Amino acid sequence: MSEAILEVRDLKKHFVVDHIGTFRRQPVTVRAVDGISFDLQAGETLGLVGESGSGKSTIAYILAGMYRPTQGRIHFRGLDLFSENGKRPLFLKKEIQIVFQDPGSSLNPRRTIAQNLAVPLQIHKPDKNIMRETLRLLELVDLPAIYMYKYPNMLSGGEKQIVAIARALATDPSFMILDEPTSALDVSVQGKVINLLMRLQSDLDLTYLFITHDLSLMRNIATRVAIMYLGKICEISKGSEFFQNPQHPYTQMLLSSIPVVSKDEEKLKPAKMIPTGEIPSPVNIPPGCSFNTRCPKKMDVCFEIDPDFVEISRQHFARCHLFGQTQKQG
Amino acid sequence: MSISSQSDLVSAEISPHEFSQLWRASRRESLGRAWYKFSRNPLSLIGAGTVLFVIILAVFAPYIAPYPEHVKPFTDFANASNPPSSSHWFGTDEIGRDILSRIIFGYRFSLTMGLVVLSIVVPVGVFLGLVAGYFQHTWFDTIIMRITDIFLAVPPLILALSVASILERNLLNSMLAVCLTWWPWYTRLVYGITTGLRNEFFVTSAEITGASKFHILFREILPNCISPVFTKMSLDMGWVIIIGASLSFVGLGVQPPNPDLGTMVAAGRRYLPDEWWMSVFPALAIVLVVLGFNLFGDGLRDLFAAENS
Repeated sequence: MSEAILEVRDLKKHFVVDHIGTFRRQPVTVRAVDGISFDLQAGETLGLVGESGSGKSTIAYILAGMYRPTQGRIHFRGLDLFSENGKRPLFLKKEIQIVFQDPGSSLNPRRTIAQNLAVPLQIHKPDKNIMRETLRLLELVDLPAIYMYKYPNMLSGGEKQIVAIARALATDPSFMILDEPTSALDVSVQGKVINLLMRLQSDLDLTYLFITHDLSLMRNIATRVAIMYLGKICEISKGSEFFQNPQHPYTQMLLSSIPVVSKDEEKLKPAKMIPTGEIPSPVNIPPGCSFNTRCPKKMDVCFEIDPDFVEISRQHFARCHLFGQTQKQG
Repeated sequence: MSISSQSDLVSAEISPHEFSQLWRASRRESLGRAWYKFSRNPLSLIGAGTVLFVIILAVFAPYIAPYPEHVKPFTDFANASNPPSSSHWFGTDEIGRDILSRIIFGYRFSLTMGLVVLSIVVPVGVFLGLVAGYFQHTWFDTIIMRITDIFLAVPPLILALSVASILERNLLNSMLAVCLTWWPWYTRLVYGITTGLRNEFFVTSAEITGASKFHILFREILPNCISPVFTKMSLDMGWVIIIGASLSFVGLGVQPPNPDLGTMVAAGRRYLPDEWWMSVFPALAIVLVVLGFNLFGDGLRDLFAAENS
């Protein structure tokens, strides 16, 4: 068992979106991330799955240092990422890098690829030859050296994303956050980018937090999968177990909705579950379990008490009242 | 790719000289493409040609003007108020000075006005816009942008007139007055671009890697403001020249006997409509330079728009 390099405990991020009331102004908050805990082992790929608005990207941005969490602690190799004085030290910025969803806005359109790649190099490797480092990075991601003179608008979306990956690698990070790195790309290019990411992971001993809403992709690359719904994690399990033995009704619902072609594939999926109801607004989440508006297995208790996150079998956690008792057996 | 060829790529030394050569080559290529696009629009070419023509006239005025001595205090009542002829193409004014020569020298004042005003206004406006835009929703943004709004609320000519009328009447003070009215336009322009860009991922990425504020403002955001600012500058040259001419028309700018176009229009106004050449030719000269800068600016704008899409 490898060591946990990242520990997230009870992470919350609430955004104030508006104020109501004329005299006594009450803030209206969106609970983008509402009490999330997970660990990340060195060298693994944790897949973070969830529908739009479930808070996946907010977690990525908090880890990357764009936002301060409202509450909760994050430790990276035992160091607090958000200490009291606020500023994250440079050596932690070096270790944690992020690849964004939109390759179009990831690179500065007015600067060449070499100039784009030089930004992290100048900050984190001021004593090295920038030129040689740029060449090394381009070679690492299999791009021709001549690309350093090109401007981003001369590159395809996939190539831009590969340059964005190269820029993230410029600081020699040990942990990379991949925020839907392939969702804006052509399917033909997605495979290439995924293969590159997998090769880089084994060559450079990287740990990935891979955010996506593509379940089929998760199946191939994630060692563990966490599924999010309205700012909370519903279920975390090993990748293989996640697909063969899903426990949370939401996970079952998602997996049963994957489109397949043959009858043989159909048998591998959980029984079809028809979703009912609506996703509640993240501003106004109902009491009890947040999934109670759509859950096919809802019980009376679901409308009153928010279930705890329990370990239902080894390394397999779920947040559902169905497993309230199995905790002691396990 | 085999392992040996990979290591070849890394060991392949690119000397700084070769690097700069390759860089210049790619630069030349994109400049060539830009010129090709620009030259396909005849109006832009006419604009660029007009601007170039006016600049040449202004720079080489003493050699081009047929009667350079008519710019200094000079009278020749024998040839006063002559209509256009072969010896005086644009005629002569009420004290016998050659109007063509005075127009050619007048361009010197117009272009000086435009260049000096823009070279003061653009850096100030762009800097304030950048900083206010990047620190959006802070007290700095509020203060800068409210002051900008106040200046924008007053019509530029009125503001320039009132400022220039307080000060002593000369070219320097009229330029100062126009400067005071013109910086907010650049602040607004750059503010808009900056607030749009500060949430782009390349800015965020630089921020979370630990880039300095200076780097983000001047290396990441500023290069993206260059093309709209240049377009606006070429369009504004015409406007600033008009405002400058208006100030001298009402007697607040360049003082006689210096040949400013606005002053000449004002002086010839008394002899309309019989001796029309005294004010019509200077007025046409203003139209020519303003039109030239506007067509040139439109061409630049189309060029940059195509580049961004």
